[in-house]
Amino acid sequence: MENNNLYNYILGIADNSLILGQRLGELCGHGPSLETDIACTNISLDLLGQVRSYYQYAAQLADDGRNEDTIAMMRPEREYVNVLLVEQPNTDFAYTMARQFLFDVYHFSFLTQLQNSADNTLAAIAKKSIKEVSYHLRFSSDWIKRLGDGTEESNKRIQNAINDLWTYTDELFHQTEADKQMISEGVGVDTSKLKEQYYNEVSSLLKEATLEVPESKYFQKGGKKGIHTEHMGYILAELQYMQRTYPNLTW
Amino acid sequence: MINHAEIDSELIPILDQVADPEIPVLTILDMGVVRYARVKEKEVLIKITPTYSGCPAMDVIGDDIIKAFKEAGYMAKVELVLAPSWSTDWITERGRNALEKYGIAPPLEAEADKAALLGGQKIVKCTLCGSTNTKLVSQFGSTACKALFQCEDCHEPFDYFKCLK
Repeated sequence: MENNNLYNYILGIADNSLILGQRLGELCGHGPSLETDIACTNISLDLLGQVRSYYQYAAQLADDGRNEDTIAMMRPEREYVNVLLVEQPNTDFAYTMARQFLFDVYHFSFLTQLQNSADNTLAAIAKKSIKEVSYHLRFSSDWIKRLGDGTEESNKRIQNAINDLWTYTDELFHQTEADKQMISEGVGVDTSKLKEQYYNEVSSLLKEATLEVPESKYFQKGGKKGIHTEHMGYILAELQYMQRTYPNLTW
Repeated sequence: MINHAEIDSELIPILDQVADPEIPVLTILDMGVVRYARVKEKEVLIKITPTYSGCPAMDVIGDDIIKAFKEAGYMAKVELVLAPSWSTDWITERGRNALEKYGIAPPLEAEADKAALLGGQKIVKCTLCGSTNTKLVSQFGSTACKALFQCEDCHEPFDYFKCLK
């Protein structure tokens, strides 16, 4: 393949949305209320739709028989490069919303920049996606406020979730070799420039929600290098089941 | 007929037969998803753009277009384009009226949409009684493009087509 860095860069973006989309999809029929169930699956659908655009582009670059489905379904765990944050389990609705919020703030500012990419396809996907992601961010931000400023119980739960998931936020800003190369070519987003704004935005909303901003400086990493938490295997078992059991199955 | 779109006039009647599978009162021309349609000796190239990235209706629309053109004696090829990305501004006046009659409140201006979805202002009109005394039930509805509302006067629950621009 001519442009391995671009291919890997695309996967670095898309895998986050694939795994988060899969996690949210687990709530289909299992959400805490009808409205939140529908919302989570709507967001899942948006993310998976965006993933299709990215993988189709990646498959076109690979030009070796791979397609969007094989890229999504047939890779071994070590080849998925999503951040650890998005693979964390739904646990309870507070965790689901904390994970969503911590990702949405990043996702929105990332796509804002990706719209200016020197790569026309990535810029087009970003321009399309950001309209959808603005709704995701609004939804998760609302729930952080509602849970934080709600009852003693909801405040406790969302604070626990934020504290637990905080350790996965720093990885959003780690740069792989493909990232660095794509940034230097004007294709990729320089995430190091988004970090300060990210923590400012997150902190200000947490304060508004009467929540404490975690102070821990200990952060987990590994997902971007394919080293995942124990949850990832279970996600893939479900995600890949049909294609592994009935190879090349199509609708 | 539709802003920015390049469509040969002889193709319009055929395209106008194809409806959105989720919202059958809306043709794909009213929807504004057809961005390009040119014919050359019975061979037609159509470019459509998705409303939402994950909208499952797009595959069906593509198949329906090919079928409609086949019946009219054309060979059609459908391509999906992402840029420029679809906006609710591209829904035609006829489409907006059809939506409202069907029970889906048409999209407001971007700023008004935000105020409505945040519950700040009561501006979304009930599709049954016309009252603006309505409330947001959920920002996400039965399909990616809709939010759930309820009228506080006649109590009718209805869909609102979310603004996307």
